[in-house]
Amino acid sequence: MDPGLRSELQRHGIFVTTLEQLYNWGRSNSLWPLGFGLACCAIEMIAASMARYDLARFGAEVFRPSPRQADLMIVAGTVTKKMAPQVVRLYNQMAEPKYVIAMGACAISGGPFKQGYNVLKGIDRYIPVDVHIPGCPPRPEALIHALMTLQQRIAEESLTGPDRPRHLRPDQPGEYPVPEFGPHDLVPPKNPEIWHPPAIRRPA
Amino acid sequence: MEPLESIRDRILAAVPGARVEIVPNPSPSGQHSLLVDPEHALAVARFLRDDPALRFDYCSNVTGVDWLDKEITEKVRVRLRIEGEEREVEETRKHIRPGYLEVVYHLYSMTLRHGPLVLRMRTGNRTDQVRLPSLTPVWRSCEFQEREVYDLFGVVFEGHPDLRRILMWDGFQDYPMRKDYVEPDDYEYEPTPHGIVAEKARRHQTLVEPKTPPGSAAPPGSTTG
Repeated sequence: MDPGLRSELQRHGIFVTTLEQLYNWGRSNSLWPLGFGLACCAIEMIAASMARYDLARFGAEVFRPSPRQADLMIVAGTVTKKMAPQVVRLYNQMAEPKYVIAMGACAISGGPFKQGYNVLKGIDRYIPVDVHIPGCPPRPEALIHALMTLQQRIAEESLTGPDRPRHLRPDQPGEYPVPEFGPHDLVPPKNPEIWHPPAIRRPA
Repeated sequence: MEPLESIRDRILAAVPGARVEIVPNPSPSGQHSLLVDPEHALAVARFLRDDPALRFDYCSNVTGVDWLDKEITEKVRVRLRIEGEEREVEETRKHIRPGYLEVVYHLYSMTLRHGPLVLRMRTGNRTDQVRLPSLTPVWRSCEFQEREVYDLFGVVFEGHPDLRRILMWDGFQDYPMRKDYVEPDDYEYEPTPHGIVAEKARRHQTLVEPKTPPGSAAPPGSTTG
């Protein structure tokens, strides 16, 4: 429906909407995050949920202690290789539809520990990430911006048709394989089905 | 705190058979340390804790050091018979000092307010003689830190109540803080590599390069540089 016509009708007291809009509006304004933090980014996440930054304005203040009740996983902090299987397992236990925000330099790329032996080079090697936030740590405003970006994406999701989101496609998995602890590294070191790094080559 | 030499002499008197050396620290801080032999380390530690003039009741820090095999060159004067006459000639000799693992304890006294006393122990080598006595029975605070030294250096502490890996997972086989540790080849793009990271990038490229078929190299639009 034409948005101009819709606002004209609203002026006369007639509200026209679609089921899709109503459904997405409800979902995007009640994103309940999973309450867990991995490092210093969690402090900024906590600050964002408190009175000064007030994540409650966006309907995302209900941090749930159980993955079964959460819609949104905020990976806030360094994901060590020892912690990565637990993070993937938590993601698998969340109910659909579920979304992931990777918060901070460590969660998106390994950050300052990228070239170390013990830190995962970004959680998007094992689970699909919807919004990445750079920063070390990102300010609460950045987390709010990421949440608004995610809300916008949810509002634009179509429930039918070829461009359905992941959770409405029967061929897309809702659970991802949990990596195992190997003798030298995680096995597999990344999930090749969801992680496609760009091939970048330097002149020798 | 009394000087290290007198502490050493009193240890030698109190613990018969102990071998205690002073390892000098040439830096301006001059924090010299005591090297004790593993057989008598526990008795020495008990003496340091219980002696009324020392009373080292708090172990603040346990760390490990990995010393690789080191080639030592020294100049020796030798008498040689050259062309019939005897001369004194300077000769350089090289020998290899075998590597070892070292554990360093920092001790303080809360009651007498002095410290630190730096205590060291060395293993026989870096491969099969890596057992050292645990000092956890003397200082409870050593427990987690000795586990960490075991985890990252592979020093096996005998008498430790709960010797498991603490930072890495149980099935992990390497000792990451050893100098010859080889990391898994999981190098990923770095915008400005330098130093050892540039070295890792080169090594990774030589490992990956033969596998990629020609023509399917960098896709268009990807950056090089």
